[in-house]
Amino acid sequence: MTTKHTLTFVLMDAPFESARTTTAFRLLHAALDRGCDVNVFAYEGAVALSFAKQVGHANAVHGRDAAQEDHPLTKNWIAALMAHAHERGADLNWVNCGLCVDERGVGETIENVRRGSPADCWKMAQQSIATLVIPTK
Amino acid sequence: MPGYLLIESRDPFESAGAARTYELAIQLRAAGHDVALFLVQNGVLAVRSGARRAELDKVIRTQIEVLADDFSLRERGISSAGMIGGVRAAPIDSIVERMTSGWNALWH
Repeated sequence: MTTKHTLTFVLMDAPFESARTTTAFRLLHAALDRGCDVNVFAYEGAVALSFAKQVGHANAVHGRDAAQEDHPLTKNWIAALMAHAHERGADLNWVNCGLCVDERGVGETIENVRRGSPADCWKMAQQSIATLVIPTK
Repeated sequence: MPGYLLIESRDPFESAGAARTYELAIQLRAAGHDVALFLVQNGVLAVRSGARRAELDKVIRTQIEVLADDFSLRERGISSAGMIGGVRAAPIDSIVERMTSGWNALWH
């Protein structure tokens, strides 16, 4: 019988800013593929990754409307990761730092993202076999 | 004793911090730990065969396992033929694999 592991990832980057966000999502996907339960603690700018009011835009320079442009939105990537977790029988537990949310006014999140505090980050790390912090510069 | 997986995401030609990561890897190894270095994003630019890379060569000579993210390599047009010896292209799952084995993972 294989052991089910829990991993925690701590994210700091705001959406649409850094390759670190893409790499972080690739890591989450890989962990879920392995059937791991995954915790994410998002703080500082990363709390906007799950903001429900993100909207894709057109690209006038290339003559594409919003549908054709199909601008990638991090809220959709998170929703897709949550669906993937469900398919794999794994948990994706996503917590945003509440203070960081209030500072930025991004309290309206997609479903299944909850508000927490740095104490949640500590608890997640305690419950996990390993924790990876991906900070900004 | 759990090992250390050092993840380097910075271009070594832009960030002096990359060399510090390499140095940390060598010191952890000297202290008797299992160590691996995973290069990702612009961190993979160091593995091009034509690049100046004295610091990374020291890591390789210390027989630390050096892995380069296959996706980052493809993005930057670096083929396996264009890579230096002592480095292996690897999927991002390699990080997850080490973490589930209890290794300490540090990102820079």
